[in-house]
Amino acid sequence: MNFQAIKSIYIFEMARFFRTLMQSFISPVISTSLYFVVFGTAIGSRIESVEGVGYGAFIVPGLIMLSVMTQATSNASFGIYFPKFIGTIYELLSAPVSFFEITVGYVGAAATKAMFIGLVILATSFLFVDFTIEHPIAMIAFLTLTCLSFSLLGFIIGIWAGNFEQLQLIPLLIITPLVFLGGSFYSVTMLPPIWQTITMFNPVVYLISGFRWSFFGTADVSIGLSLFAIGLFTCICLGIIAWIFRTGWRIRQ
Amino acid sequence: MKNIVEVRSLTKTYDGGFEALKSVDLDIKQGEIIALLGPNGAGKTTLISSICGITRATSGTISIGGHDNVTAFRAARNLVGLVPQEINLEPFEKVINTVRFSRGLFGKAPSDAYIESVLKSLSLWDKKDSKVMALSGGMKRRVLIAKALAHEPRVLFLDEPTAGVDVELRKDMWEVVAKLKEDGVTIILTTHYIEEAEAIADRIGVIASGEILLVEDKADLMTRMGQKTLKVDLAEPISEIPKGLSAYDLTIEGEGLLYSYDTKTDRTGITSLLADLQKAGLKMTDLQTRQSSLEEIFVSLVADKEGAA
Ligand SMILES: Nc1ncnc2c1ncn2[C@@H]1O[C@H](COP(=O)(O)OP(=O)(O)OP(=O)(O)O)[C@@H](O)[C@H]1O
Ligand SMILES: [Mg+2]
Repeated sequence: MNFQAIKSIYIFEMARFFRTLMQSFISPVISTSLYFVVFGTAIGSRIESVEGVGYGAFIVPGLIMLSVMTQATSNASFGIYFPKFIGTIYELLSAPVSFFEITVGYVGAAATKAMFIGLVILATSFLFVDFTIEHPIAMIAFLTLTCLSFSLLGFIIGIWAGNFEQLQLIPLLIITPLVFLGGSFYSVTMLPPIWQTITMFNPVVYLISGFRWSFFGTADVSIGLSLFAIGLFTCICLGIIAWIFRTGWRIRQ
Repeated sequence: MKNIVEVRSLTKTYDGGFEALKSVDLDIKQGEIIALLGPNGAGKTTLISSICGITRATSGTISIGGHDNVTAFRAARNLVGLVPQEINLEPFEKVINTVRFSRGLFGKAPSDAYIESVLKSLSLWDKKDSKVMALSGGMKRRVLIAKALAHEPRVLFLDEPTAGVDVELRKDMWEVVAKLKEDGVTIILTTHYIEEAEAIADRIGVIASGEILLVEDKADLMTRMGQKTLKVDLAEPISEIPKGLSAYDLTIEGEGLLYSYDTKTDRTGITSLLADLQKAGLKMTDLQTRQSSLEEIFVSLVADKEGAA
């Protein structure tokens, strides 16, 4: 195992993040604040509570998930697409590194960035609403797993993408709608029965539900099912990556 | 001398169905400088990319330092540094960080002292904290070389290192190459400047249309292929070769005669030709000899190949 290479990729990718640290820090703070003003204060004042939790606090886990999933996906997809685009991928291909090491380096860095943003949003939330986290260890575990699995997904998108439009396409067309419709801002039980059934096909529901459970101890679906869903999603991504690397698909001609 | 790189029956067909390499065999000897010459699209970059692992060979095997470049890719690639033809660099990163990155990628522990020596040998030390995008094209090429050297490779591939590079930098570059050769590094370079190959290489390979036409010692090549011509200027021009001289390979050119001969043979035929010229009653005013350059050899080889295809 070439640990030195993993470390180098990780540091190099994190350097990109630190170059734009202010931007990486300010934009989640601003967008979170906006969500609280609009949903928490303006609309939330008319909704008393959801499942015994004040609406302002109720949306915190969903807000974090929304940002973490989109950030993890876009960071990881950009991270591996950029070397393809500017041609520096030649170096990765000619170095004594396996694709496993390449994935660990890029996905690890993307997940770290997403994690950082998730924690910034959490900290910002405390400025607006009062709440306690019932299961902090489970909360960190869910957050980490989400960062990792969506970074894996982003990595796949980055390898697949042939241009910048395609890079944006999947997050825009699939991830954002799934997250918005996955109960970020409402409880699934608030929907009419038919929509509740349809919603159950949205994998993001399980992630947000589990994450919200770690905050408030209440969930739309059982915690076991949530864990299973995120585990399955991670395995599917890993399987696709393993296949990509065996075949060199879109990487090595 | 031991072979450090061995390429056997290597073929490469690109996805579109284009056959860029047709059963290439090539041995590269440890410590030598070998220049690969060939027209655009000959397959030079494809050959290098296959050896370095950037493209997959369609069939055939490649070994580097005795390690197969697929089954033992780590051991094989550890030995190799590559300076690509295109300037592919991360624009926003500092020079020194991209070089450090390259070293780490090859699994080498950080060594600021070594990286400093590489940057200094390429006159990049004062640019170490500049962003790559702020460098000129020639300096970017030096950064590529520094990256390729960052992990102390034993085999260095230079794919057209002097394209678009001024005379000064070219001189610097050959100094670096000469120094590497002294340290025992094997160097494979491609170039379109034949005088460059002539000046620096130990051996020369010619490649065209995906096939290696020859690989030969530069000196041997020059003498074997290096036909010399003797130009005889005559006092009075003639319109046809006199009968007594029909045994010689003579052509009429302007005011004189051209005689081609091979320097390798014991008898060049010059003495008897001169005697026979006198017998035929031709008056000579001047004599010149000329040796064909590598460029002429190269052009005639490729022309033959393309004529046959
Ligand atoms: N990715 C690719 N897909 C399809 N064909 C390719 C690809 N890369 C190269 N080729 C073709 O393979 C042939 C050999 O290309 P290569 O780049 O190896 O030539 P070269 O000898 O390096 O030429 P040059 O002197 O211009 O650099 C060319 O005809 C080229 O069009
Ligand atoms: Mg080329």
